[in-house]
Amino acid sequence: MHKQSIASLAQGLRQGDFSSEELTRHFLDRIHRYNGALNCFITVTEEVALADAREADRRLRAGEAHALTGIPLAHKDIFCTDGVRTSCASRMLDNFIAPYDATVIQSFKAAGAVMLGKANMDEFAMGSSNETSYYGPVGNPWDTARVPGGSSGGSAAAVAARLAPAATGTDTGGSIRQPAALCGLTGLKPTYGRVSRYGMIAFASSLDQGGPLALTAQDAALLMNVMAGFDEKDSTSIDQPVPDYCAALDQPLDGLRIGVPREFFGDGLDAAVGELVQAAIGQYQRMGAAIVEISLPNTRYSAPTYYVVAPAECSSNLSRFDGVRYGYRCEDPVDLMDLYKRSRGEGFGAEVKRRIMIGTYALSAGYYDAYYLKAQKLRQLISDDFKKAFVEVDVIMGPTTPTTAFAAGDKLNDPIQMYLSDIYTIAVNLAGLPAISIPCGFSAGLPVGLQIIGGYFKEAQLLHIAHRYQQETDWHARVPEAFET
Amino acid sequence: MVLQRSDVEKIAHLARLAVSEEELAAYASSLSDILKFVERMDSADVSRVAPMAHPLDAVQRLREDAVRESSQREKFQAIAPRVEAGLYLVPKVIE
Repeated sequence: MHKQSIASLAQGLRQGDFSSEELTRHFLDRIHRYNGALNCFITVTEEVALADAREADRRLRAGEAHALTGIPLAHKDIFCTDGVRTSCASRMLDNFIAPYDATVIQSFKAAGAVMLGKANMDEFAMGSSNETSYYGPVGNPWDTARVPGGSSGGSAAAVAARLAPAATGTDTGGSIRQPAALCGLTGLKPTYGRVSRYGMIAFASSLDQGGPLALTAQDAALLMNVMAGFDEKDSTSIDQPVPDYCAALDQPLDGLRIGVPREFFGDGLDAAVGELVQAAIGQYQRMGAAIVEISLPNTRYSAPTYYVVAPAECSSNLSRFDGVRYGYRCEDPVDLMDLYKRSRGEGFGAEVKRRIMIGTYALSAGYYDAYYLKAQKLRQLISDDFKKAFVEVDVIMGPTTPTTAFAAGDKLNDPIQMYLSDIYTIAVNLAGLPAISIPCGFSAGLPVGLQIIGGYFKEAQLLHIAHRYQQETDWHARVPEAFET
Repeated sequence: MVLQRSDVEKIAHLARLAVSEEELAAYASSLSDILKFVERMDSADVSRVAPMAHPLDAVQRLREDAVRESSQREKFQAIAPRVEAGLYLVPKVIE
């Protein structure tokens, strides 16, 4: 059962090949067997999962089932889950039992999906390797000595090892697409405002966006049908009609214009990764698309800009963790200042503190113009590059990451090298655009991701383009050998 | 920009973070590296660019000023570090 797509599992449930309870127990058994080696779950919600599954079986029998009813899922531990610990992989929230559900969680509950547990991640989603988690690093199922990517590393590893049929993630600078690429999955970062951020613990509010990690574009479309939509509880949610993301998957690609930015194939790109990405673009050409070379001249500014905007917003968002109303509190504070400082100093890990301090500095009196204001101006230039490109082309293609999965420990003590692993994904968040990563081959046994960037609210088109490639290739169907059975 | 230990102390205070003596030097070095990295922004000419407020030029949505949430004090205080008689307890603020 664990090698099937959600589309095929949903059919199995309807035909009575297996019940949701059987399916859920199968995945829980796999989690018990393999989570020790991978560490992709912070919390396994076995009781919740079985109760969800029994209710789903009742709905299936009564003919009240939604497409996802009875399908087990893993949720990134950044989404608040009522009555279940929501840690954001931080000591700060190790004892935090969320008092409400995120809108995304509520939507999956209403659809009858089953929650297997809460997936590991980088602390407060700050990281690109899942090594900053308070609960320890996550292994990449393709080679457990390597990182799964981050910050949605637990979600990606769980799906790649077939411990969950799909998972939720969030993407602030590449945190869905980069782990999807390094683990051989399909991961979609929607348009800013497409998926509700309510109950999704905030990192950088102008960039954060939730989305699916799945085995196929079709499965990602099924998840998007539940996740996307206007939410009045999120003041940045955008009130736009939501299409059926599955409706146009099989359309032909004729007439599609693909832009290939020369800046995405320069220094720093691993040669083997570059070749596989070029080969995938070549395949699209054979499938009827036209390839156009384009330029995104301000690409080189995206990482520096991001590392001002994201820390600035993080320093403001994380000021809510004060040790007073919830979360970690230090022992025996002597006064209120001591309570704040030690609760935060002891509750946050090194990378989170680094970013809070960078943000605090960038926003402090006298430095605002040089850092934050300048970054917001560059953000406009970066966004304008895309706007110009989309006049000429329908989508933009390139690598998701400069290399395949790197070895654990490689970049942990070198923040700049770690930041550069998101060099191709960051600009998309700065511009608020949707983008998807899909597997397009293997280099030395490790998956390589192709990134497809679309115009605002073009998620359906991205899923369609990804789906057509997956009809012609089987990279997405490969299972890491150690997790086959 | 190269930060000294004293700069880090000041930033850590503004951010309400306790940072140990031993950590100060390491933060001074890694924060300086990050600032040096973001200073790559300086080579861009943005003199005629307006700062971006929202990628889709959306504006803040307003709603009627009416109470919609119900009080859930017990539920919220159940996860607080220290409460008493419905109040959140902190060290004495006024001597």
